[in-house]
Amino acid sequence: MAGFATTSEKEVIATTVADGSIRPFRFGAPEEDLVELRRRIQATRWPDKETVSDRSQGVPLAKLRRLVEYWGTLYDWRKVEATLNSLPQFITDIDGVEIQFAHIRSAHDDAMPMLMTHGWPGSIIELLKVIEPLTDPPAHGGAAEDAFHLVLPTLPGYGYSGKPRSIGWNPARIASAFHTLMLRLGYPRYVSQGGDWGAIISEVLASHSPGGLLGIHVNMPGTVPADVLRHLRNFDPAPAELSDREKMAYDRLLHFYRDGFGYAAMMNQSPQTIGYALADSPAAMAGYYYEKFAEWTDSDGEPERVFRYDEMLDAITLYWLTNTGASSSRSYWEGAQAGGGPFDAVDIPQLPVAVSVFPAEIYRAPRSWGERSFGNIMYWNEVDKGGHFAAWEQPQIFCEEVRAAFKSLRT
Amino acid sequence: MSVTIEKATAVRPFRVDIPNEAVEGLQRRVAATRWPSKELVADGSQGVQLATIQALARYWATDYDWRKAEAKLNALPQFKTEIDGVEIHFIHVKSRHENALPLLITHGWPGSVFELLGVIGPLTDPTAHGGKAEDAFSLVLPSLPGYGFSGEPAEVGWGPGRIAGAWAELMNRLGYSRYVAQGGDQGASVTDAMARVAPKGLLGIHLNLLSAFPTAVQAAIFAGYFPAPEGLLKRLAIALVAAGADKEPKAANATAAVFRRGYLVEQGEHPQTVGYSLMDSPVGLAAWMLDHDPDSYAKISHAFLDGAPSGGLTRDHIVDNITLYWLTGTATSAARIYWEETQGILAALKSGQKPPKLSLPVAFTVFPSELIQAPRSWAEKVYPNLIYFNEVDKGGHFAAWEQPELFSQEMRAAFRTLR
Repeated sequence: MAGFATTSEKEVIATTVADGSIRPFRFGAPEEDLVELRRRIQATRWPDKETVSDRSQGVPLAKLRRLVEYWGTLYDWRKVEATLNSLPQFITDIDGVEIQFAHIRSAHDDAMPMLMTHGWPGSIIELLKVIEPLTDPPAHGGAAEDAFHLVLPTLPGYGYSGKPRSIGWNPARIASAFHTLMLRLGYPRYVSQGGDWGAIISEVLASHSPGGLLGIHVNMPGTVPADVLRHLRNFDPAPAELSDREKMAYDRLLHFYRDGFGYAAMMNQSPQTIGYALADSPAAMAGYYYEKFAEWTDSDGEPERVFRYDEMLDAITLYWLTNTGASSSRSYWEGAQAGGGPFDAVDIPQLPVAVSVFPAEIYRAPRSWGERSFGNIMYWNEVDKGGHFAAWEQPQIFCEEVRAAFKSLRT
Repeated sequence: MSVTIEKATAVRPFRVDIPNEAVEGLQRRVAATRWPSKELVADGSQGVQLATIQALARYWATDYDWRKAEAKLNALPQFKTEIDGVEIHFIHVKSRHENALPLLITHGWPGSVFELLGVIGPLTDPTAHGGKAEDAFSLVLPSLPGYGFSGEPAEVGWGPGRIAGAWAELMNRLGYSRYVAQGGDQGASVTDAMARVAPKGLLGIHLNLLSAFPTAVQAAIFAGYFPAPEGLLKRLAIALVAAGADKEPKAANATAAVFRRGYLVEQGEHPQTVGYSLMDSPVGLAAWMLDHDPDSYAKISHAFLDGAPSGGLTRDHIVDNITLYWLTGTATSAARIYWEETQGILAALKSGQKPPKLSLPVAFTVFPSELIQAPRSWAEKVYPNLIYFNEVDKGGHFAAWEQPELFSQEMRAAFRTLR
């Protein structure tokens, strides 16, 4: 295929879907918001230390204090803001909600358009490191024919996208909105990539197989078959009929549902309740999100090994400045209303699916499960480093995976 | 050296006296609250609604007077004494009637001694409240370790069992050789544990929440940690049949739902993580405490939005209780009791150790809006010596708080045969 959007196709798209204008967007946090954030951090009222010497009661006091004290003194939001503003960013209304996105076109004409969607507690900040390698591969150890045009939208209720004012913004509706976004940008043929919510949205999109979507790559695949899921929901030990590889996946999922599910239980039921503290207390927000950096990165619970403080705080500060702790939590409530869990198998009978399994992901999906619901696996690989925040933790491996994943669609 | 020990374990009078700057600091924080956007639904299905919590915050930051709450406490005889290394705060009101029965009542989460203030008059001075002199109780109302003005344990292990031991020592220290105990919520777990230990002098207990389930039911709820042949719901069903409670699907569903409540899962797993929220944001704390169960949430909402409180759940009482958590900075240590309880249950199940048999007399009252409408068959199964079982017609989870008169009548009836 010679390029993904010819001029004539673009014109057709423009006349049929150009019902929303696309406006340039720039980040620019008011200085008083940054001053106020620092004031609140200085005024933090800390609890006493946990009564254990490990993470078993949650984020240890000493760890969070150090991070938050850095946040209130040496941390500088303007640096990441400048990085974000060096990207072409836009905002457009889709289905009644403003969608903010970065749109980076490759210099290579035949680049493949790719929609990349972040998750919770993430944002496009977790994707910053992969932008150049993916759009300009020759400068980063790749070949020109590996290039992508990137569209990186912000989920509704997150960052500088609008906050939905009515219910119903479940993964299917978001997927549909992002498909509209790709068409509106003049990409009648594209691929989709994601982890966390981004994986779920990519899978839902693929299951609907809208015209123009060529394939997807996910780094947190939903593969757990319904019969296995039933056991998991009942907190059963691994069923005997599972293979060793499947048992390993099962045990990790069981651990997640038993010891690491409180945050989701709360957001599934009462996003508004937890939302008050996330809106009012920087330390509350930092603790809530840092816990996931600790649990889900390939770091043995020490996220400082893979992320600098600045990186973690860039991610957290974006939530703080946009006051999106509650509105982003609502995506869990929406997901719960729609039914199903984050790892449930999604039937994608025909569309090509690529999967990269990172070792410290919440669970390491076995290919045998993937084959039961994905009818057309074009790529499946297990890498040796990285966790849930794959693009952020291991950008180089992540880019190699994405290139390899979509190679077969470029002939 | 022995002097120090005596000092610590001595029973010392206590008065509440919060510095002005702490009270003002709280008002300042409430007034400076940064709010999230409004929920997207017209009911409580996304959690505590913005209108409710904003009404609470307005009242808290403007009209509310903590000094009145403090005066209520200081009008009562309060003491502190160190037990098992932790300072225990308690209210001790002796009845003027001779032969009054000593009664220890334990509050729960998200409660405090404030939820029990309304029953002090009727229980200690029944003749002034439609009762008889022979119904009188002398009351001991302790604050749980990590709660209110009690000290905060600095080590693990302070689950219901250890607290029960501390309460027995407290009654001993107060010179009570014959007494009874009562509790709901976490207070029910502690009171149940006391009855299993059966310290000398404890004559019987009364509960208004079934916290002890048949071991098989408990094993079913926590089964994921251990090899078990069947799924949770099936195991639960089997356990309930074993408990003679298979005819009670409503109660079984309610039980399963309680164990899936967001606050309970989070506090059981990671009390420290959510603790940062509860310590630093008054409104975050208030919302978390209001999201305990739909019935009490609805009642509290009415108190703030329509000025129509349900029983004792008035605006002042609600805010007194939340303010106590805030000013004492105990929300994190209070949340930890769920972690302790989970650890204790898991350890017991893992070791295969069954809780000690309970042969002391047990009385039980079912309040109609409680989380679980405990069927008589369940109560009989876990408490073979059930001396009293009654279903009353009003009241919910915070029974003593909501319906102090009715609760007091239940105490009188429940313990009559033990006098």
